[in-house]
Amino acid sequence: MDFNLTEDRQMLADTLNRFLGEQYPVEHRIKVAYDAPYHDPTLWDQLVELGALYALAPEDAGGMGGTGFDISVLFEALGKTLTPEPVLGALMALRLLTAAGADQEALLTGATKYAVGITEIDAPYELGQIATVATAKGDGFALSGRKSTVYGGQAADVVLVAAKHGGGLGVFAVSASDANITSYGMMDGGGAAEVLLDDAPATLLLADAGAALEDAINAGIVAICAEAVGAMEVTHATTVEYFKQRKQFGVPIGKFQVLQHRAVDMLTEIEQARSIVIKAAAELGGDEASKYASMAKNLIGRAARLVAEESIQMHGGIAMTWEYAVSHYAKRLIMLDAQLGDTDYHLTQVIKSYTA
Amino acid sequence: MDLSYSAEDLAFRDEVRAYLAENLPERISDLVRAGGELTKEVIEEWHAILNKRGWLATIWPKEFGGPGWSPVQKHIFEEECCRAYAPRIVPFGLSMLGPVLQVFGSKEQQDHYLPRILDGTDWWCQGYSEPGAGSDLASLKTKAERDGDEWVINGQKTWTTLGQHADWIFCLCRTDPDAKQQEGISFILVDMATPGIEVRPIKLIEGGYEVNEIFFTDVRVPIGNLVGKENKGWTIAKFLLTHERTGIAGVGFSMQALEEVKAIARKTMRGGKPLIEDPLFAARIAQAEIDLEAMKITNLRMLFKAQEQGAPGPETSLLKIKGTVINQELKDLARRALGPAAAPFPGHVTEGNLMFGPADTEHNAARYFNNRKTSIFGGSNEIQRNIVTKTMLEL
Repeated sequence: MDFNLTEDRQMLADTLNRFLGEQYPVEHRIKVAYDAPYHDPTLWDQLVELGALYALAPEDAGGMGGTGFDISVLFEALGKTLTPEPVLGALMALRLLTAAGADQEALLTGATKYAVGITEIDAPYELGQIATVATAKGDGFALSGRKSTVYGGQAADVVLVAAKHGGGLGVFAVSASDANITSYGMMDGGGAAEVLLDDAPATLLLADAGAALEDAINAGIVAICAEAVGAMEVTHATTVEYFKQRKQFGVPIGKFQVLQHRAVDMLTEIEQARSIVIKAAAELGGDEASKYASMAKNLIGRAARLVAEESIQMHGGIAMTWEYAVSHYAKRLIMLDAQLGDTDYHLTQVIKSYTA
Repeated sequence: MDLSYSAEDLAFRDEVRAYLAENLPERISDLVRAGGELTKEVIEEWHAILNKRGWLATIWPKEFGGPGWSPVQKHIFEEECCRAYAPRIVPFGLSMLGPVLQVFGSKEQQDHYLPRILDGTDWWCQGYSEPGAGSDLASLKTKAERDGDEWVINGQKTWTTLGQHADWIFCLCRTDPDAKQQEGISFILVDMATPGIEVRPIKLIEGGYEVNEIFFTDVRVPIGNLVGKENKGWTIAKFLLTHERTGIAGVGFSMQALEEVKAIARKTMRGGKPLIEDPLFAARIAQAEIDLEAMKITNLRMLFKAQEQGAPGPETSLLKIKGTVINQELKDLARRALGPAAAPFPGHVTEGNLMFGPADTEHNAARYFNNRKTSIFGGSNEIQRNIVTKTMLEL
């Protein structure tokens, strides 16, 4: 039993925290996250140069391993600074490329930006309800359907699309120029896209891709949950700091027990959140990965909402303003629930094991 | 990061598991599973079995007759005891007074009292709370005045758990009424057979009898029964508050409770189907299970920290808060799963109204009510929040 990070991962965490802390102050983040292209291309290039994506890649592709803990270290750092760079798409694409035995060089060097299109309007989380369909055409395939809220889709060169194929699901590579892509910014910053596929030419990456998609989703869940832990810790620390500065009735508001105890309850839930992410990260790639990913996403959804809402409430009016950082952290903490399965969806997944 | 036990720890776990399988009488584990009160004889029998193996004083160092276990080993032992439905080790002598004497006691006190705790000669109880001093423990009023070679003690203690069995009580007494609250308190050992002591039982919410009021009227004990320095008893009280609280989350007991809820919900029928197939009820179980799964890791993280730093930090207060809340939630779900079958008073269950056998039903509601105590005793959850506010939030 050892809860310390390995030297490599500690170094990765330190490097990222230093880099993002210096290059990506929250004022800058607020500037870039809400206007097209909804991220900072210069920062993206620097992140790639730092080797951030290599942390997510398997060792035989020249990476650090891409284990659950590599993922959680990277995304916790991104969460602390609320970075809207399209790293999640890169992570999930890497899992799919690895499963397919495909080359990852273009992704890892930043030459090609990937997004992953799974979600549809009527199938936000469930793989079994996907309606986008692939048909054979010439040497390749053509895809028809609509992928919705494709995170990072606004910046992608290639979208990996999950579509019905041969009685199951396949994963297909679609060049952004071959799809009808409508980009937009999001409530919590960062960008996404609607990807309309109208007989769009596509290359089959993986047939019978159910298990690979599940793994990519589990990895994405570990990432989002770790991001949430980073964001929750900053939000909590900011709130406690504000308790010491803000005076009402002649005393710092942190002297009021009604606020103190709520701040402690937030802290308890953040520790619990960190614990369940550790568990999900440890299980990633194993037989019970989906079970623990579901547990993590459910707990994170509840904890993140508590931290977001309580931080706004206990700050008072100031956290309702665009100018104050907590408002942006709170938005991210709330909106991430709808990525890769929300609190209720994942609770339902856990329940399934009771009657199986 | 590595969540698994080492090969040594796994070997230790197997050793404990095998020992319990062989030496824990089924008669006793059945009693524990059923959830009723355990008699003094049953507890003493179990203590003696563990003592024979050298595993009774789990947190004592080797030099005092303990097994010298690491925090992880101690955790494994507790986990296995829960898994086997062994009785809880009564903590007052073994986990509380023992460590106090080892740190603050004189050589004579150690030599005299520690072996008697181990072999069961002395059953100890704790004289801390008073009617007017609960969460505000430092406002305690029971006074001990010097008269020649003796302390003369007058006052009242309350919530004294299993005091009805006790041979001795360790008390916090006010020895300097003029000093600042925390500075005039001393830690004194009192023989329960001393004239002037009266024990009155307190009947609890569910009808059980485990706590007492203890009245002291001109109770005379030798000067030598003081532990540590006169007027420095608060230091000992604080030491006990932060000492060895890694088991405080009660994870093993909550795992038992989770299994019990699931077992009941599989057997209880609602609308022609097992209750566990009702998504609303299943969701309540699942949420508690997820919180417990996280708590297991939180508990291990604190253990690891305690092992690395030599002592647990203030985070143990978070364990207590969340651990008790999860446990109480599971007890609540078990009661609700039974529905009306939880209604009969313990002892009133007969073959006629027996639903699944007494293990599931008889003490179900009683346990729910009794367990409301866990967020109150040992420093209420509100006091724990005050501690975290001070130590971790620095407010």
